[in-house]
Amino acid sequence: MTEDAILVEGARKRFGEKNALDGLDLRVARGTVHGLLGPNGAGKTTTVRILATLLRHDDGLVRVAGHDVRTEARRVRRRIGLLGQYAALDEELDGRQNLEMFGRLHHLGARGATARAGALLERFGLADTGRTPVKRYSGGMRRRLDLAASLVTDPDVLFLDEPTTGLDPRGRGEVWDSVRSLVGGGTTVLLTTQYLEEADRLADRISVVDRGRVVADGTPDALKTRAGADRIDVVVRDAARLDEAAAVLPFPAAGTDVDRDRRRISVPVHDRMASLAATVRALEEAGIEAEDVALRRPTLDEVFLRLTGERTAEVAA
Amino acid sequence: MSAAYAVSDCWTMTRRELAHWARQPVQVLVGLVFPVMMLLMFGYLVGGGRAVDGPYVDYLVPGMLTLTMVFGLEGTMTAVTRDLRKGVVDRFRAMPMTDGAVLVGRAAADMLQSAVGLLLLTGVGHAIGWRAHGGPGAFLGALGLLLLLRFAMLWIGIFLALVAGRPELVQAVQILVWPVGFLSNAFASPDAMPGWLGTAVEWNPMSATATAVRALLGNPGGEPGHLGAALLWPLLLLAIFFPLAVRRFARLGT
Ligand SMILES: Nc1ncnc2c1ncn2[C@@H]1O[C@H](COP(=O)(O)OP(=O)(O)OP(=O)(O)O)[C@@H](O)[C@H]1O
Ligand SMILES: [Mg+2]
Repeated sequence: MTEDAILVEGARKRFGEKNALDGLDLRVARGTVHGLLGPNGAGKTTTVRILATLLRHDDGLVRVAGHDVRTEARRVRRRIGLLGQYAALDEELDGRQNLEMFGRLHHLGARGATARAGALLERFGLADTGRTPVKRYSGGMRRRLDLAASLVTDPDVLFLDEPTTGLDPRGRGEVWDSVRSLVGGGTTVLLTTQYLEEADRLADRISVVDRGRVVADGTPDALKTRAGADRIDVVVRDAARLDEAAAVLPFPAAGTDVDRDRRRISVPVHDRMASLAATVRALEEAGIEAEDVALRRPTLDEVFLRLTGERTAEVAA
Repeated sequence: MSAAYAVSDCWTMTRRELAHWARQPVQVLVGLVFPVMMLLMFGYLVGGGRAVDGPYVDYLVPGMLTLTMVFGLEGTMTAVTRDLRKGVVDRFRAMPMTDGAVLVGRAAADMLQSAVGLLLLTGVGHAIGWRAHGGPGAFLGALGLLLLLRFAMLWIGIFLALVAGRPELVQAVQILVWPVGFLSNAFASPDAMPGWLGTAVEWNPMSATATAVRALLGNPGGEPGHLGAALLWPLLLLAIFFPLAVRRFARLGT
């Protein structure tokens, strides 16, 4: 089969008056990591819950691993793993009991479930948690167990809804490593996140979601290019001369950002080297001392704010 | 194959509940001891002075057995609400397990706990002087009627939790089962109550079970004519709430 691992066309979901999904489209090729990026309330969790057969969409086509989520829910469930935004574990039981239970429910058999639970506990550094019930786990341990639970069957398609929210940098790194090794094994991953860095590091492609629809998608690099030109950042030594410096720069004021806390001016430029030289010259002529002048590509943060912000402005207009 | 999976899934879900008991023995114990305390309280402190022909304890024990079945509703509702709020039900629903296995596990565990509770209560009743006179067959029949009532309460509890499974609502039900329990003939005969109250009590499904159980056990207040009502009431409640609860569970995602 060559069908995409995830295919969503024009998905809609209403909650009362609220259009949580407003014609969302999504295509994820097999064996890739796809990032779903969007602000709070964009519809990321709603999308994941529909894909994982937990929620029924009102309208549109939604297929996972070659099956329709509405009419072939059970087939879909055999192929997916889910790490929801909030822990989905039995808090009274310990880690091993949880994983064994999920293994049995995936029909691995008693012995298979025990073996799988042991291997996963080992892999996620939970082997020595013993009989401690999950309700006494730390946030990071809980998240790791939740991730282990979503991998009980080596899913073809794995959904991760904000997998690293609330984790410390080390926990985050561990989750990232696990995701990378899974993809090496052929799993398709759909990842929602609010950390642009996370999407940038893990995802092959990114869809930016806002108000229930995809407002942009592509590779991280393509998105960055799309968000505009390269930028020159100037850090001025004397904060009092920030505005003066912004005024002397030979670029239109429209795209210029002034960050007072960092004494930094950031401007979009087209001709990289000529602009850099012109910037340095203009500052010199005005006698403004710069601490740093740097040429760089836009960050995903800027892409994100720009794409979601633009749309907000469009709607308000 | 899928029948074997169904059995295995239901058993896994039942085991989960049993594992919860092993984790919280004190909670289980309190649940079992509470009706015993009520029985002792009513038997010794409140008892007497009630128009019952025969020893009050003989009237009281079948009433307490029935009340315990009705109060089980609240335990079921609490457990289902907790599961839904903890998100673990989401994981179950995203797995290829048999439809309804989650509910079967709940039902099996609650029925087992209720059966144990009944046996404990009859044991304590016996110790404080209550006697059953009907023979083993009638005794088993009485237990059957009681568990049938509990089974009906179980599905009402599941349904309520699914419809509005919020802790506030669980609390409301915890309070409301008391007047329902007391507006029955569990503790006192409706003959001794004012007219309208007596009528309400007579029509309480709980009263039908208590009266039939008393008849089967040869205890005062029993009327064999109530056997039919003791069967029909729970069956009627089941016919309404079982499909409602099952459908509601299947539609959790809509
Ligand atoms: N069960 C529900 N009932 C009513 N409204 C809902 C429900 N679930 C989601 N919504 C609404 O739908 C919209 C999308 O929510 P969703 O949870 O999918 O956003 P999200 O992108 O995951 O946000 P976050 O980053 O905060 O997790 C929000 O406006 C939310 O309030
Ligand atoms: Mg979300």
